[in-house]
Amino acid sequence: MTRPVSLLILALAIAVPLSLLAGQVWLNPFAPQAANAFTILAELRAPRAALALVIGAGLGGAGAAMQGYLRNPLADPGLFGVAPTAAFGAVLSLALGLGGLLPLAALAGAALAMAALALIAGNASGQNSATLFALAGLMLASLSGALTSLVISLAPNPFALSEIVTWLMGSLESRSWHDVLVAAPSTALGLLLLARAAPALDALTLGEETARSLGVNPVRLLWLMVLGTGLVVGAGVAAAGIIGFVGLVVPHLLRPFTDQRPSSLILPSALGGALLLLLADCLCRLLPLAGGELRIGIALSLIGAPFFLRLLLRLRSELA
Amino acid sequence: MTPANTALACENLTVPGRLTEISAALRPGELTAICGPNGAGKTTLLRALAGLEGAALEKGSVSLGQTPLAAMDPRLRAQAIGYLAQHAEPAWNLTVAALVRLGRLPHRTSRADDDAAASAALAALGCAHLAERGIHTLSGGERARVLLARVLAGEPGWILADEPLASLDLGHAAALLRHFRALADQGTGVVLVVHSLAHAMNHADRVIVLDKGRLAADGPPQTALSEEVIEHVWGVKAQWTGPAGARALSL
Repeated sequence: MTRPVSLLILALAIAVPLSLLAGQVWLNPFAPQAANAFTILAELRAPRAALALVIGAGLGGAGAAMQGYLRNPLADPGLFGVAPTAAFGAVLSLALGLGGLLPLAALAGAALAMAALALIAGNASGQNSATLFALAGLMLASLSGALTSLVISLAPNPFALSEIVTWLMGSLESRSWHDVLVAAPSTALGLLLLARAAPALDALTLGEETARSLGVNPVRLLWLMVLGTGLVVGAGVAAAGIIGFVGLVVPHLLRPFTDQRPSSLILPSALGGALLLLLADCLCRLLPLAGGELRIGIALSLIGAPFFLRLLLRLRSELA
Repeated sequence: MTPANTALACENLTVPGRLTEISAALRPGELTAICGPNGAGKTTLLRALAGLEGAALEKGSVSLGQTPLAAMDPRLRAQAIGYLAQHAEPAWNLTVAALVRLGRLPHRTSRADDDAAASAALAALGCAHLAERGIHTLSGGERARVLLARVLAGEPGWILADEPLASLDLGHAAALLRHFRALADQGTGVVLVVHSLAHAMNHADRVIVLDKGRLAADGPPQTALSEEVIEHVWGVKAQWTGPAGARALSL
């Protein structure tokens, strides 16, 4: 096991129990517990921590794979347009008063995005496919964004409007084991597909032409990427709304501690994404806010964006 | 290196707008140079010979021995034919050792075997001391040799390189040409796109000259790069001077 992987596992081993104890009600493992302590732990915090780990791992791993696929450190798992399409499905279900079907609607939205990408994949020769798909993803994101705005503007009542806007900010609040069951299998399958793509992503380091000369089938790689990121991102949106930033910044932060091959970055990024989302969620729980909890999507951007900007300033000579 | 037992041949190769009915049978153990003016189709021909123009081919085929490349498993094709692209800028700052190991990808052998092949390839090109350096920290000449070591690490029977001498100084270019000669002498088929006609004249066994996508000449360098061919294809009156093996082109 490489050093970054060992350190991240150690950090998670410390962070997970601590996250279970932290919150508006602190649980002291060495003191006699209140009557509802077990309920808080088993029904509120444990599923929430599990969901943070699952979604964080998916987004981190998918971010590393996507950056390898597009050969660009600024790539993000959302680039294929799956997240906004999944969000559109979820928003539509809320507007129609079918909130119970939200995860299903979000997954259907993600599947729709993947189907649209697959239609293009069916005609792609494999050459310049990465650029083609980033552009197609951009269009899907733009279309879904417009449709989501349309649904919001046509919201039947202020309550639905408020529910939609709050949901879009992303949160792990009040999630149950049911949400974990929605997200975990599809995230695991997505990560498995991305791991299968890893050797081809390594070859892609030298460009698409060289990768093909090394026996890489670009169409197969494209399918693995579309399905892998689609499953991961779709599951994340279905369970917690749109959570950005993790897939962009975690691989970028961890890359210097690996040998820089995309294949050696996927596992550390998955572990790092899990850790980041877990810590950010704890912060959301602990920060007192008049209107309720801080939304995790907002928290991640508030912490992450300045941090990332500072990193860019430090690295600008290297990137220039 | 694994000797290439099989010939690499193309027949009536046509890529719309780039190549027109090119036929040539390349023999293992020979150093073949592909020459021609800018836009003559040299890179397209090399890519086609490497099996990378499959979808663009209008007609014609490329075969390794009796097997058409289009019908080969891409991994087996990659084991047999090593291809060095003209502009292969690594996206990430991989260590030289990790980058050269990528050449082993089609083989799916053990890490120990891959390391041994990568070390041997680096040593053969005098780059063993660079193994732990990041590829982005190397000079242009060092990078060119490391990228070629990546191809050698795959131990292919055929090496197809697109302008491998382009960023090398005189000394490194001469060393690399000696290395290509040694590989050819060991039985590897070597095909190089080269711009320097003097390099082709002095080092190649065979020269293929392309002009506007068509075969203008094919044969030993003395005939394929005769002064008449140069005037016809490049539109330049030039004269070969000096003894065989060290000839220079005077304009």
